[in-house]
Amino acid sequence: MIKAILIFNNHGKPRLIRFYEYFAEDVQQQIIRETFHLVSKRDDNVCNFLEGGSLIGGSDYKLIYRHYATLYFVFCVDSSESELGILDLIQVFVETLDKCFENVCELDLIFHMDKVHFILQEVVMGGMVLETNMNEIVGQVELQNRMEKSEGGFSAAPARAVSAVKNINLPEMPRNINIGDINIKVPSLSPF
Amino acid sequence: MALKIVKGSIDRMFDKNLQDLVRGIRNHKEDEAKYISTCIDEIKQELKQDNIAVKANAVCKLTYLQMLGYDVSWAAFNIVEVMSSSKFTYKRIGYLAASQCFHESTDVIMLTTNQIRKDLSSPNQYDTGVALTGLSCFVTPDLARDLANDIMTLMSHTKPYIRKKAVLIMYKVFLKYPESLRPAFPRLKEKLEDPDPGVQSAAVNVICELARRNPKNYLSLAPLFFKLMTSSTNNWVLIKIIKLFGALTPLEPRLGKKLIEPLTNLIHSTSAMSLLYECVNTVIAVLISLSSGMPNHSASIQLCVQKLRILIEDSDQNLKYLGLLAMSKILKTHPKSVQSHKDLILQCLDDKDESIRLRALDLLYGMVSKKNLMEIVKKLMLHVDKAEGTTYRDELLTKIIDICSQSNYQYITNFEWYISILVELTRLEGTRHGHLIASQMLDVAIRVKAIRAFAVAQMATLLDNAHLLTGNTQRNGICEVLYAAAWICGEFSEHLEEPMVTLEAMLRPKVATLPGHIQAVYVQNAAKLFATVLRGHEGVPADSMVAQETSQLLIDRLPLFVQSSNLEVQERASCILQLVKYIQKLQQKDVEVAEEVTALFAGELNPVAPKAQKKVPVPEGLDLDVWINEPPSGSESEDEGRKSKGKAVFAKEESRHTKPRYTEVDEKELAKRREVRKAEQANNPFYIKASPSSQKVYQDGVGVEHIPVVQIDLSVPLKVPGMPMSDQYVKLEEERRERNKADKKKKKDKKKREKGEKGRRRRGDSGPESEEDITPAHMVDIVTEEMPENALPSDDDDKDPNDPHKALNIDLDKPLADSEKKLPVRSHRPDEVLKSPMEDRQVVEVVPEPKKKTGKEKKEKKDRKKSKEKKKKHKQEEEEDLMGAGSEEPVQPEETKEVAAPPPASTPEAAAAPASTPRTASGMAAVAPDSEPEEAKDTEPEETKSSTHKKKKQKKEKKKKKHHHNHSDGAGDESVQNGTVEEEEPLPPMSNYALLAENSYIKMMKQDADKVCDIQGNLQDGSQVVVSVIFENKCDSFIKSMEFNVLDSLNSKLQRPDGAGPHDGLIVPFQLPPGISNEARFIFSVQNIVMPQKLKGTLTFIVKTDDSSTHEKLDFKLHFTCTSYLITTPCYSDAYSKLLESGDLKGCSLKLEGVNQPFHHLLARICFHHHFSVVERIDSCASMYSRSIQGHHMCLLVKTADQTVSIDAKCDEPGLLGNVLDEIKLTFSQC
Repeated sequence: MIKAILIFNNHGKPRLIRFYEYFAEDVQQQIIRETFHLVSKRDDNVCNFLEGGSLIGGSDYKLIYRHYATLYFVFCVDSSESELGILDLIQVFVETLDKCFENVCELDLIFHMDKVHFILQEVVMGGMVLETNMNEIVGQVELQNRMEKSEGGFSAAPARAVSAVKNINLPEMPRNINIGDINIKVPSLSPF
Repeated sequence: MALKIVKGSIDRMFDKNLQDLVRGIRNHKEDEAKYISTCIDEIKQELKQDNIAVKANAVCKLTYLQMLGYDVSWAAFNIVEVMSSSKFTYKRIGYLAASQCFHESTDVIMLTTNQIRKDLSSPNQYDTGVALTGLSCFVTPDLARDLANDIMTLMSHTKPYIRKKAVLIMYKVFLKYPESLRPAFPRLKEKLEDPDPGVQSAAVNVICELARRNPKNYLSLAPLFFKLMTSSTNNWVLIKIIKLFGALTPLEPRLGKKLIEPLTNLIHSTSAMSLLYECVNTVIAVLISLSSGMPNHSASIQLCVQKLRILIEDSDQNLKYLGLLAMSKILKTHPKSVQSHKDLILQCLDDKDESIRLRALDLLYGMVSKKNLMEIVKKLMLHVDKAEGTTYRDELLTKIIDICSQSNYQYITNFEWYISILVELTRLEGTRHGHLIASQMLDVAIRVKAIRAFAVAQMATLLDNAHLLTGNTQRNGICEVLYAAAWICGEFSEHLEEPMVTLEAMLRPKVATLPGHIQAVYVQNAAKLFATVLRGHEGVPADSMVAQETSQLLIDRLPLFVQSSNLEVQERASCILQLVKYIQKLQQKDVEVAEEVTALFAGELNPVAPKAQKKVPVPEGLDLDVWINEPPSGSESEDEGRKSKGKAVFAKEESRHTKPRYTEVDEKELAKRREVRKAEQANNPFYIKASPSSQKVYQDGVGVEHIPVVQIDLSVPLKVPGMPMSDQYVKLEEERRERNKADKKKKKDKKKREKGEKGRRRRGDSGPESEEDITPAHMVDIVTEEMPENALPSDDDDKDPNDPHKALNIDLDKPLADSEKKLPVRSHRPDEVLKSPMEDRQVVEVVPEPKKKTGKEKKEKKDRKKSKEKKKKHKQEEEEDLMGAGSEEPVQPEETKEVAAPPPASTPEAAAAPASTPRTASGMAAVAPDSEPEEAKDTEPEETKSSTHKKKKQKKEKKKKKHHHNHSDGAGDESVQNGTVEEEEPLPPMSNYALLAENSYIKMMKQDADKVCDIQGNLQDGSQVVVSVIFENKCDSFIKSMEFNVLDSLNSKLQRPDGAGPHDGLIVPFQLPPGISNEARFIFSVQNIVMPQKLKGTLTFIVKTDDSSTHEKLDFKLHFTCTSYLITTPCYSDAYSKLLESGDLKGCSLKLEGVNQPFHHLLARICFHHHFSVVERIDSCASMYSRSIQGHHMCLLVKTADQTVSIDAKCDEPGLLGNVLDEIKLTFSQC
């Protein structure tokens, strides 16, 4: 079982959190901090497994993570999951994101957390692996997005226009444009 | 109206969407919290609008804020609103938000049931999918129960997308609603062969999860999985199946044998490392499960180790890590095969990756032997030096100590080396593990007698160089070792060469900067040293000056400690200061004091096993929870807070428990306490009295003879101030071994001569050669740790009773009964608060018994029955209340015609009936009251006298009839005891009545285990016990004016009507014609229920013959056993396990030999005679529960194995427990 999936950046800012077991919000934040602390101090050329922190799980749980550019993808799993399998799953997930967002970068995750969730929902459900075939995942996500569009979308277009109008005189506007986030480079890993 | 809509949509135009929110937060880095709080205010406004799009937008933003740690549960209702939108776009957002922030205690979840059901049956597969995904995150027991059928239908949906989601979510449903597992399992099994690989994978996933927790129920699926394993090409599925086999093989060794071959093939053929790794893992599991006798056993092990070596040598750190992980599994059973790769593992210790180093450390633990311990530790010590200032260094330190101290210092051949290692470790600055080193020093110095001289010398150097350890004023953990050093020097000061020097070192002003508890030890041990110094110098006139100087030193230095702010230090210092001053006075008069001073510290401390204290049975009558003095009234509220949360179920009783008793401390109370204290002292092994055990362990003289020669030049380590070099020992050890080898060839007499020449410290090597050809430098005279003589056997239960998976331990191979084919749909449970999913377990275990289903039962019929049962239950409860009220009347006459068959009291039924009444509606009607045999006897109609009694009895009879009715329609004539089916012969009749007293006129029978009516009574009123006494007229005259009187004790009093004096008797409210018997009841109030009681009493009566009447009396003794304070109380198994888990209960156990009655008779006896109820019974093991009238919980675990019955018991009142166990023992010794 997967107990939690956490995505945070190099500074520990959460970009997506998905707990499959209930924790109160403050505990969740504590877990994120602790996990970040554990993961961030590790070099890139060390192994991707960590015996779980004290807050989540216990001895049966492991943190399995991958570091892509500015983001850490951390899965907290118990012993029924294959370590290498989960590593592969993270790769599948990131590749799927890359396909859905077309060259995914941290900004995509920041501004479209909901969409990332919807993609994740096609990969993992209730803590169990639902689908590992990337084409299948992308296909289902696209079908759902198409449905959303047919319903008129999430009123994104007008709102964006309005927000542009609203923001037109605000001085911070230009700052938003130039955010130095780099694309997540998805390395091609050997098949699992 | 139209305007409002327009206005609404214009407002909408200016709403922020998620992107705006994120952007805003990024632009307000300085005042993020403030910005977010204004955003939340906006969101609250948006949520108030009717427009669902606005709401969805707001909910979407809340989901983001939830990620940042904001509690959004206040919007739960709005989330439900968005979930129920007809548009997929919004629905999806609603479900996402719900899955992120809903949990079992979210109230609004119960509003979602119908919405989710609608979505599940939606024609749009994505509506269904979204609902399933959301549900998987927040499913509750109620949702699981209500939606189980719908989800089960979806498992056969036409779209594989839905099928796989439905299959996966079933696991969550099973967890929350275990009853669904059996009915759903056949369909789940079908899905293993689903044409869609995704669905197949999901099914494998679910079954693997299930089987991991309860593997034995899934053994029958092994052939199917075997087929899948050989046919599937999906690595995910393969990995899961192989992992599953790893869980199954320990249960079925034959399976393992079959698996070896295909797994070996896979290992050779696969290119996927993950699959290879899992195969190796499972092969290891197989090999562990097969004890021996495999022809290619060693070949497989070799293959595994070889493959793992390849993994470890791989440049990929992940593979290296996993390789080491798997190695450690092999290590447990085949240490030899791993030990040959020691080089590789030691190499991993140098790895840059901490995870890998830690894994390698784990492996080292199992790889040490007498031969290589020193070498390995030397290597680790090098790492310790390198790894300065990291947590890894602390880890290394603990590992070194673990490795050395494992299995009672098994691998240490030279304790001097070990002490030096410990001393070297003290150089670590800033470590957290000072106390660990200290405890090792203490342990070794105490338990290895031969090492004491060396240890003391080392510790003296440590003390002398204490300033090096404590460094600046910086308090680091390492100064803890000074605690050990000071104690060792003091305690074993006879080994000190120069006690004066050490004494001086211990009284330096710098010591005052150490932590208080260490200073205290310093002061105390300075006094010990002082005694040693005095003893050394007395008698010799020239030395008396030295002794006096020592006293002066103490008198000069101690005032510093007297001023300490630490109370312990202060108190010890001032005591010792005054003592020394007095001694000084005596010294000046040339009085010899050394002997007396030494006597202060006479006696030796023995090592005590860590669990020894826990194993001492708490003496009878000692209740540590009872207030010694009445607490101030203000503390009551604090008390409430102190209660642990886990015991919610028992909170009611608990509160009664902790409620302070405001009884006056009167003479009686004091007497009682005195008694208790005496009992405690008598039983307490730690109370000062001659300790035979210490003499057993320490036989003087043995030590000296067993101490072998140490051929070490001790001056070397001692020359280095403070810090001995352990490395030298490695060299020395090698030399020593060489020499030993050489010596072996030579004759022994030569060695003896050598011995004579060596100094005091050289010890004769007369010890036998060890198996490994390595003679330990010290005959390891390790003193075993002491245990109290009456230590209890360990009864630790390591299983987690709270594991939700326990509920899924359901036999799946039994064919489904017709009634089970559909999921049981239950009505909402009446007492929601009490129920947790665990609770259903008992029911589940009852349900599958096919015996109980005699016919096909329609659902409606069941429902009807359910409601009937519920009504019945209510009625019974009412009756219980009535009876409870009724029996409070002091005396209740009841007439019975039959003398031979003793009539039962009505109270037991009242107590027992609800015990077994099925609470959950799905519990089959066959569950009969556990007092059935009792009741069955009592079918004679009863005559009543008063009208009130009549009413009551009629009710009672009605109830009985109901029970019987229950039987005939539920389970035929099967007798069912406490929910377990009895196939064996019926129980022998049992009677609760014992002869009390008898003379030629009258016979008194007392019901030996009396029932309590005042269950709810609070402590201030004292608890009540009702004694039923049957009076039988044996003569042919009329007996009248019977008066029953008992001499009250401090603890138990007969309740007399108001106005009656404390010595007045009670009039028995009936007369007895010849040959007639009748029953009267008397109520006693009891204070302390921990001890059995005996009360003396007298019955006076008038025997009236035709012509005359005579006064007669009959003396009797009423025996209140502890059992009589127990009330048969039902207990659900989860409440039971919670109770056991709470840790408040003390354990005790009992073994009965030669009991050759069937187990169910045994249980029935305990139930009947000792008022227990069976919580659960599995084969020859049963858990039982009872509660005392004062609310003590008592739990029994009864196990039987050929004629031996072992009873493990736990109770929060150990005295009571002990007595009840004794009584149980007695019961069985009598039959």
